Amino acid sequence: MGGADISGRQASAAPFAIELRGISKAFGPVQANKDISIQVAKGSIHGIIGENGAGKSTLMSILYGFYKADAGEIVIDGRVTSIPDSQSAIRAGIGMVFQHFKLVQNFTVLENVILGAEEGGMLAPSLAKARKVLADLAREYELDVDPDALIEDLSVGHQQRVEILKALYRQADILILDEPTGVLTPAEADHLFRILKGLRDQGKTIILITHKLREIMETTDTVSVMRRGTMVATVRTAETSPEELAELMVGRKVLLQVEKKPATPGQTVLEVENLRVRDPQGVERLKGISLTIRAGEILGIAGVAGNGQSELLEVLGGIARGTGTIRLNGRELDLTGRHSDGQSRRADGIAHVPEDRQVLGLIMDFTAWENVAFGYHHAPEYQKSALLMDNDAIRADCEKKMATFDVRPPIPTLAAKNFSGGNQQKIVVAREIERNPDLLLVGQPTRGVDIGAIEFIHKQIVALRDAGKAVLLVSVELDEIMSLADRIAVMFDGRIMGERLPDQTNERELGLLMAGVSGEAA
Amino acid sequence: MGRMPKWADAVLVPLLSLIIAFVISGLVILAIGEDPVEALKIMVTGALGSTYGWGYTLYYATNFIFTGLAVAIAFHAGLFNIGGEGQATLGGLGVAIACLMLPWPHWSLALLASVVLSAAFGAAWAAVPAWLQAKRGSHIVITTIMFNFIAAALLNYLLVNVMRPRGQMDPASARFPAETNLPDLHQMLGWIGIPFAKGTPANVSLFVALIACVVVWAIIWRTRLGYEIRSFGKSEKAAIYAGISPVRITMYAMLISGALSGLMAVNTVQGEANRLLLNSVEGAGFIGIAVALMGRSHPVGVFFAALLFGFLYQGGAELALWTKIPRELITVIQALVILFTGALDEMVRAPLKRMFLASGRGGQ
Repeated sequence: MGGADISGRQASAAPFAIELRGISKAFGPVQANKDISIQVAKGSIHGIIGENGAGKSTLMSILYGFYKADAGEIVIDGRVTSIPDSQSAIRAGIGMVFQHFKLVQNFTVLENVILGAEEGGMLAPSLAKARKVLADLAREYELDVDPDALIEDLSVGHQQRVEILKALYRQADILILDEPTGVLTPAEADHLFRILKGLRDQGKTIILITHKLREIMETTDTVSVMRRGTMVATVRTAETSPEELAELMVGRKVLLQVEKKPATPGQTVLEVENLRVRDPQGVERLKGISLTIRAGEILGIAGVAGNGQSELLEVLGGIARGTGTIRLNGRELDLTGRHSDGQSRRADGIAHVPEDRQVLGLIMDFTAWENVAFGYHHAPEYQKSALLMDNDAIRADCEKKMATFDVRPPIPTLAAKNFSGGNQQKIVVAREIERNPDLLLVGQPTRGVDIGAIEFIHKQIVALRDAGKAVLLVSVELDEIMSLADRIAVMFDGRIMGERLPDQTNERELGLLMAGVSGEAA
Repeated sequence: MGRMPKWADAVLVPLLSLIIAFVISGLVILAIGEDPVEALKIMVTGALGSTYGWGYTLYYATNFIFTGLAVAIAFHAGLFNIGGEGQATLGGLGVAIACLMLPWPHWSLALLASVVLSAAFGAAWAAVPAWLQAKRGSHIVITTIMFNFIAAALLNYLLVNVMRPRGQMDPASARFPAETNLPDLHQMLGWIGIPFAKGTPANVSLFVALIACVVVWAIIWRTRLGYEIRSFGKSEKAAIYAGISPVRITMYAMLISGALSGLMAVNTVQGEANRLLLNSVEGAGFIGIAVALMGRSHPVGVFFAALLFGFLYQGGAELALWTKIPRELITVIQALVILFTGALDEMVRAPLKRMFLASGRGGQ
């Protein structure tokens, strides 16, 4: 270093922590990043927002050395830097906190922190040093974690802190966080943002990748919007609005609020009493759930992921077995025997949009038309004879559903894995809603779905409610629950902590319930 | 997108793998001081150069079609049935019982009976490991392998102690009545005036195998059961979500698979030997795995792969007959083909994929 050229660049540029100049990256004919330039000021929180597939992850992967850009350059602290691998990224002072943590579950916090950054052949000196550094960091940034705790014993929020500590221990000046709040309670998320602001105030630079407009508005100083591989705008957060950002992301005006009329609940459709479910390891996941849903009503189940919501959907959808009572339109359902499987539930009038469309809802290698029949492959209109299926009829039905639900591209013979997340979800939603069920189970309907499709899917769910059907909605997105549900039940540790009406509660109260603080104490 | 077209995956990949396997085989032959070009010539003329050669090639291919289809349908359910040997052994027992049980007036009726019994015996032999897998979670790879040994021991016992005619020295059943002998290709093609060499083992079972190809294709891609088998094979979790019972599908898939393996015995036991011998399966159950892998678990692919292995078997026998190349080397060549087409085909596919990707980009 120290050439005239470099000092010349330094003089001309403002002190940006990171500057990307004309980054392009193509995968085959797909242009994931097109001529992207951004400047991130030192000591700021910079948000990057965009729909799924907009190229955010690709861009960050280039910055962290996972991919090599086809064109363009990365300038860090005024110096053109090449980042061929993640080791170089760490050396350049970049730390990354992934959406899915990369921690060794049965190692302690300390061991995880030094993993890959051990000094010398013996562990003891590194551990001692790390212990001291961790104590300093904890004091400075509210990042307190017990250094001797095993990762598997920590809450998700604390595990995330370990990831941040790992980056800081490697002396990262630039911290990239990819969708950091997906697994956090509102309180944990608030804590995270306090930490991030603290880090910023100490001069660290933070890049926050998210699809949640609210987080961008609350925490960032500047925000860049990506759409289809290009950077469409970079604005100061104080000078923009969620509506403007959403429009920039999608390229057209979007309704952020779901428009719905007040509910007109009819008679009770679903009655659940003292429902208990054990997982294969024998751990009780549902500890006596009772709830009712009436016709023309959406019951929202809020809660942090992993508190029994999945098991509730599974036992109602005929995937898991349980004890207790479930009555649908007054008729008691089989919970353990021959009629407790998915086929019987469908015959009873329960449709299920599962939480994980890629694992449960779709066979990714199957074509769209094969997936349209999935679970309903016994339906009479799909049969040619006692033995043979009528593939032509299924294909025609698929075309019809694709048109109604605006699935793109509308090609029935395309494999499910080749559709975008939003269009995959539309296939599932089309299949389930078009059956006109008495009860629709919906899990995380808009996870990994772009804003345009979210709007559409929300409308479909509300339309089903308005047609007098019962809907059970499980979502970890509190916004989604607040705007869609007619009643909200909060789950924690396999129990329902309380029920609230959306217009008579707020995020703080729901957040406390989600954290297991009961209604009376809140 | 510059994705690899389907034809390339189905045709180009196995073809290139095959060429690599042959090139390496050639090097091995060269290394032991023989002429690889000459060897290939002997294999081709020996296996395909005359209707006599074809008679043997098609006979072996018939075996491999059955066992290949058996492995293929289990693959579609995500199950690895390596018990083809044992199921075919039991199938042989079914054929012997069918042929010796009643005095059949005509071969066609005997064929019908042996088809039904061999399939039933093969399916029954597959049913136990299938049930253990479905209900108890005992891994089907382990149990089907063990059932191969049990089948061999069972047949040994039956042939020595029960089915051996009084006074006969070798462990084999009585010879089947002449009425049960299946017409060979010489006879059958003679009916329509096509000359075909006499004395080859290829027989009417070949057509049973071809019918089996069509039936398996229809089951997999046209029936509800096939749809459920494929769903279960791709994702057990999703299958349960759709209300497809894992127990039911595991049982059905393995029953069909076992039945197909069992059918192989019609070709060897009734079509060729005319009596039940020890070890009449001769490893065809295991070749079926390679055939299914190479044929991408598709009946058409299985047919061509079976033909290839039939060629290798017959060509290899010719090689051992006419050259100093030892018999063991033929096994090496077969192993190389299995290795490259079955186990290592990703080695060919990955660079091929990249090539197509690159050309796709160039075309944009």
